[in-house]
This record gives sequence, structure tokens and C-alpha cells, in this order.
Amino acid sequence: MRTVRKALSAVRWYARELTGEAEYDRYCESHRRHHPYAPVPTRREYEVLRTRRREEQPEGRCC
Amino acid sequence: MPASAMPESGSKAPEKSRMSPKSVAIWTTVALAGALGWAVLALSRGEEISAVWLVVAALGSYAIAYRFYSRFLARRVLQVDDTRATPAERLEDGVDYHPTDKRVLFGHHFAAIAGAGPLVGPVLAAQMGYLPGTIWIVAGVIFAGAVQDMIVLFLSMRRDGKSLGQMARDEIGKVGGAAALIGVFAIMIILLAVLAMVVVNALAESAWGTFSVTMTIPIALFMGFYMRYLRPGRVVETSLIGVALLLLAILGGGWIQDSSLAEYFVWSPETLVFCLVGYGFVASVLPVWMLLAPRDYLSTFMKVGTIALMAVGVVIAAPNLKAESVTDFASTGAGPVFAGSLFPFLFITIACGALSGFHALVSSGTTPKLIQKESQVRMIGYGSMLTESFVAVMALIAACVLEPGLFYAMNSPAALLGPTVDTASEAVKNLGFTITPDQLTAAAKAVEEETLVGRSGGAPTLAVGMSEIFAGVFGGAGMKAFWYHFAIMFEALFILTTVDAGTRVGRFMLQDMLGNVWKPIGRVTWKPGIWITSALVVGAWGYFLYAGVTDPLGGIKQLFPLFGIANQLLAAVALAVTTTVLIKSGKLRWAWVTGIPLAWDVAVTFTAGWQKIFSDNPAIGFFALRDKYAQAIEDGQLLPGATDMDDMHTIVLNNTVDGVIMAIFLLLVLTVLVNCAVVCVRAVRAAGPLPTTEVPYIESRIDVPEQPAEPLVGARS
Repeated sequence: MRTVRKALSAVRWYARELTGEAEYDRYCESHRRHHPYAPVPTRREYEVLRTRRREEQPEGRCC
Repeated sequence: MPASAMPESGSKAPEKSRMSPKSVAIWTTVALAGALGWAVLALSRGEEISAVWLVVAALGSYAIAYRFYSRFLARRVLQVDDTRATPAERLEDGVDYHPTDKRVLFGHHFAAIAGAGPLVGPVLAAQMGYLPGTIWIVAGVIFAGAVQDMIVLFLSMRRDGKSLGQMARDEIGKVGGAAALIGVFAIMIILLAVLAMVVVNALAESAWGTFSVTMTIPIALFMGFYMRYLRPGRVVETSLIGVALLLLAILGGGWIQDSSLAEYFVWSPETLVFCLVGYGFVASVLPVWMLLAPRDYLSTFMKVGTIALMAVGVVIAAPNLKAESVTDFASTGAGPVFAGSLFPFLFITIACGALSGFHALVSSGTTPKLIQKESQVRMIGYGSMLTESFVAVMALIAACVLEPGLFYAMNSPAALLGPTVDTASEAVKNLGFTITPDQLTAAAKAVEEETLVGRSGGAPTLAVGMSEIFAGVFGGAGMKAFWYHFAIMFEALFILTTVDAGTRVGRFMLQDMLGNVWKPIGRVTWKPGIWITSALVVGAWGYFLYAGVTDPLGGIKQLFPLFGIANQLLAAVALAVTTTVLIKSGKLRWAWVTGIPLAWDVAVTFTAGWQKIFSDNPAIGFFALRDKYAQAIEDGQLLPGATDMDDMHTIVLNNTVDGVIMAIFLLLVLTVLVNCAVVCVRAVRAAGPLPTTEVPYIESRIDVPEQPAEPLVGARS
């Protein structure tokens, strides 16, 4: 049971990292570290920023 | 992140390491297993062998190559240094640059390089038997493809993630740089056209396939809105919903096929071309969050899932290979799928999977900006490419488990096969294989398609092979139709993602280039500029797509060689740039590492290109074929393949265009090569290493243990 739970959380961790879902958490963490008194952007605001970035720098997909 | 960690981890100068007896024993076993696989492949003559031997041979070789050759490359040739800070560390901004866990980055990089290429090429190359294809896929990746990916990744990493084009300009000069830039753009257009053609050939006249692939657009839009407005940023959850909807769409396609709605989804190839072109334009102009990003997530999940499923399927089902190990077409060059003999045409047909120039663009794009430690280029660059090569081996297996008769009935050009199963059966018999009309009808019925005759392009063949393998493991013969359409959907999804992203990348490149001439068009926020450049890019690949789809002689047969040569020429550019940089930085004695693959690749591409332009044989040479049909038009004759004079004129026009494009590609790459050679000679004559644009050493302050025990920040939120 414990190994199953461990494996599932590893899969979840990997999927979140791979898709960039975990980026927000990392961003908040570093934001709090560098600007301890500034409010952290909400998830919604952060995602808008993130897609705008993606807009400007298209990533090629290969054949 | 332990920012205060002591900066003294990682390898120092390469010291002689002694292997423990245990690891000697393990690696001897791996080597023996691989050798046994190859021995079975080499020694079997005439009898059917199990596909498992191919897998064993490939995996054994990959393991040895990764353990020894990639380590040699990292330690001796590149001299990776884990005490040196990577751009991800030095320039960390949490946006473009941030150190990423190597397992995650491996996934990223693999998802970016793997697509439909390694699935299509090996299927077509099965025309020459499974042995030549397998040898090239495995040897090519070990000594050329993975080496290129790894070294380009390394060099770009040492230059803060510069693109291949920029590196060419900085390290070689303006002329070579410009030629490389134009070459990359032109080659991308052909790539998009050929990939789109694979989709058209897979979906034409198939209600099931067309319905389920069309449904991916509303699914992606739904995901986009869900992620933006309902649950911002919940990518994993959204992707799981998307995958579930996708599977429903595949099931729904079967239902549509049997209902009265079917006729609305049976589209002609020409209609599909216009839909794809329209779709490509819209996808390039819409905000990424709506269509492109969600589709990309969907495609990544499907990619990883299906490839894992395929590996399990091949090993459990352990199908026998029905194809011959080496067919006569390898030496005669008279094969119906693609013309020309083994050298050079096998090596341009199997491009991705063995050596793919396009990977150099990915390896010098986002990945180098995310690497934590220099030594990780080995796993990310070399390892990802080995994985892609394994995908190619599985695709080859899927094609070779089919009866050869069925393979040729599906992949020969329509002009050869004729309109019915009877004519197709006869045509296959003339090629020296047998399949009865009843068998052809039964094979189509098993996957619930109208017909399988003349379904060239690789995707349908792979889908039939995959359905054969999967049905043997999951669900039996009754599931064959589902698995067939699953495979078609999965390939179409890949390709449409490449078309979306490629059109967008092409648009940015074009804006960049045209911006030098007329400023406003270079602005990425000026709407008319976006529309004009998008339309130009879409129009360019759309033209080749339309020409290919309506080509009376079969677009795949005509354009696939152009695609393969283009891809391998791009690899030549990448290998030439890397060789030059190695020589410039005083590593002449290791220049053979990329120099030998470069010499081989130049020999292959220039021989193939030369034959495509100058061969007198109309089956191979574009201009020879053009002259033959032009002569016939003057004489007022109709030649085989053409049903009227318009067809004759189309053939003449297409071959002229293809021949001219081929010549332009060769000239562009020749410019780069000559420029590189000049720089290399200068570097060899110079007393010391020439200046390069490598960023100077800065000591790393992060410490990354071999395998992080704790997940990165954010895993437990």
C-alpha cells in the first residue's frame, strides 16, 4: 500500500513538473524569498503571464 | 534549493576509473545479450523470427553505447565540468532560465524531439526488409544522431542557449549564417507539407478517422478555456479530462461510421487540404492558450502513453516478422514505395530515429537554458535520442509484422495499384508478392475502413501493424478497429501539433527575416504583420501539400525523398557547425566524433540530391521524369499515371518545382560547408585555439546529488 502511494505521488510529481503546473509554486516560493512584503500574484494572474510568455516564444515541435 | 551548499561536487578532471567486478559482469551480460540479438538477426535466412530479437539487439546496443560512448564524449571530448555554472544557474530568472530536474528535462526534451518522423520513415523503409533499416536506426543513432543532439546541446549550453542559426553566424560568419537561416526556414516548409500529407492520406475517405481527429479541436478549445477560466493552471487534471474525451471521440467515431452521419465526415483529399491549411492559419493567429497549448499537453500525454503501450505490446505479443530480412528492392532500387537503391535512399527515408537535423533546433532552443549540471547533457541529449530511436525500431517492427502483400498493396502509388482490390492484387503479384482480393477486403473490414489499397504515407500501415500487435495483447480481434483508429488518431494528433507549432515558429522566423527589410512586419504585436506572415507560411506549405495530394504519381513517393534529404541536410549543417567549433576550440584530435558522421551524411545527402537532379532514370531524377512527360505532351500522348492532359502538365510542373527546390537546398548547404571548411583550415593553421563565443567559466554554487532524494519545491503543495 505504501509503495503504491509512493509510486503514485512520484507519477503525480513528474506529471506536474513536466507540464509546468508546479511552476507557480516555485514562482511563489522564490517571490516570497526575494520580496517578502509584496503580495504574491494569484494563480490566475500567474497563468496569464505564463501563456503570454509562451505566446512570444514559440517552442518548436519536431518531426 | 540549498543555495549555501559547498560548491565542490561533481567530477574533476577525467581520472581513470576502475570498474567493479559486479559492473564488469553486468555489462558483459548486456553486451552478450545485444550480440545474441544481432546474431539471430544476421543468421536467420528464410525463416520467420520473433520481433523480440530486434528489441534485444537494439536495447543491448543502446545500453552499451550510452554507458561507454556517451561517457567518452562527455568526459574526453566535451570535458563537461560540473563545477561550472550552467546558464540556468547563472541567469536564473524563473522564466526562461531555471535549473530543472534532469528527469523532468529529459521528458521535456523527448516530447519536443519525438513526433511522427520516427514512425513514418521506418515504415516506408520496410520496403528494403527489416535488417538494413534496423542496422541504420541503431548504428545511426549511436554514432551520428545522438552525438549531434548531445554536442549541439552542450555547445548551446556553453553559449547561454544560443540557437543553431546564431551559433553558425557567430562561429562561422555572416554568409554561412544567413545560408543556414534560410535553409532552416525552407526545410521546415517541406517538413510541414509532408507531415500534413501523411494526415491527409490517413483521413481521406474515412469517416471514423476524420470525425475523431476533428473532435480534437473542440476538445483542445474546451481544455484551453477550462485552464484559463475555470481551473487556472491545473494542467494535469485538464489533460486527464482531455485524454478521456479523446478516447470517447475515438469510440464515437466508430458509432458515426455506422450511422447516417457518416457521409458528412467522408472528405476528399482536396477538402482535407483546405481544412488543414485553414486550421494551420487559425492556430497560428489565435492566442496560444486557446488551441496550441492544450493540444500540446494532450499530445505529450498521448505520446508518452502510447509509446509505453507499444513497447509493452511488442514484448508481450512477441509477433513474428513476416517481411524478408533484405528484399530485392534493396539492390535493384525498383521498389514501389520509394525509388532508388539502398545507398543513399534508405538513409534519407529513415531520417528521424537515426539522425535528425531538426533535433539540432530543439537542442539549441529551450533545453540548454534549463540544464542544472553540465554532465546532464549526456542523459538529456544522448539519452532522449536513443529513446526516439527505440520508437523508430518499434515502428519498423509494426510494419514488418504485416504480410508483405498487404504492405505493398497499402503503400504503392495509386497509379500502380489501380482502382479495385482485384487490380491491386494483380499489381502486388507483379511485384513478386501475393495477396488475394478477398484478403484485402477482409483486412480493410477488420479495421472498419472502406479500403486499405493505396493508403500510402506510412500512418495507415503503422496503424494496421499496431492494431495487430495490440489486439494480440489487449482485447483480441474484436478490438482491432479501435486500436487502428487509436493509432491513426495518435499520429494525426502528433502531426497536427507539429503543424501548429511549426507554422508559428515559421511565422516568427519570417517576421524576423522580413523585419530586416521592412521594420513593421518584424513587430510581433502588429496584427496585420502576424496575419500576412502566417498566411505566407501556411500558403507555402499548403502549396506543397496540395501539389503532393493531387500528384497523379503519388505525393508521398515524390515528396518524401525531398523531406528526408532536407532533414539530413539540416543535420549536415548542425554537424558542420559542431565540427568547426570543436576544431576552433583546439580539439582537433576529437573532431572525428562529429566529422565522421558529417562526412557520411554529406555523402548520403549529396549523392541522393545529385541523383534526384541529374539521374537519367525517370523513376529517380526529377528532371528526367519532367522531360519524359514534357516530350509526351509534345507528342500528344498520355503516359501511365495521367488520366488526361491536365495531369500530364501537373506532373511536369511538380517535377520542375521539386527539382529546383532540391538544387536550392544543396546550394545553401554547400555554402555553409565551404564556409565551415575555410574556418576550420584557418583554425588548424593558427598557433592556438581561435576565439569562440563560449561564456567564460563561473563557479557553480548549486549542488546536485546523483539522484535527488527529495523532489523539487512545489511537489507537495
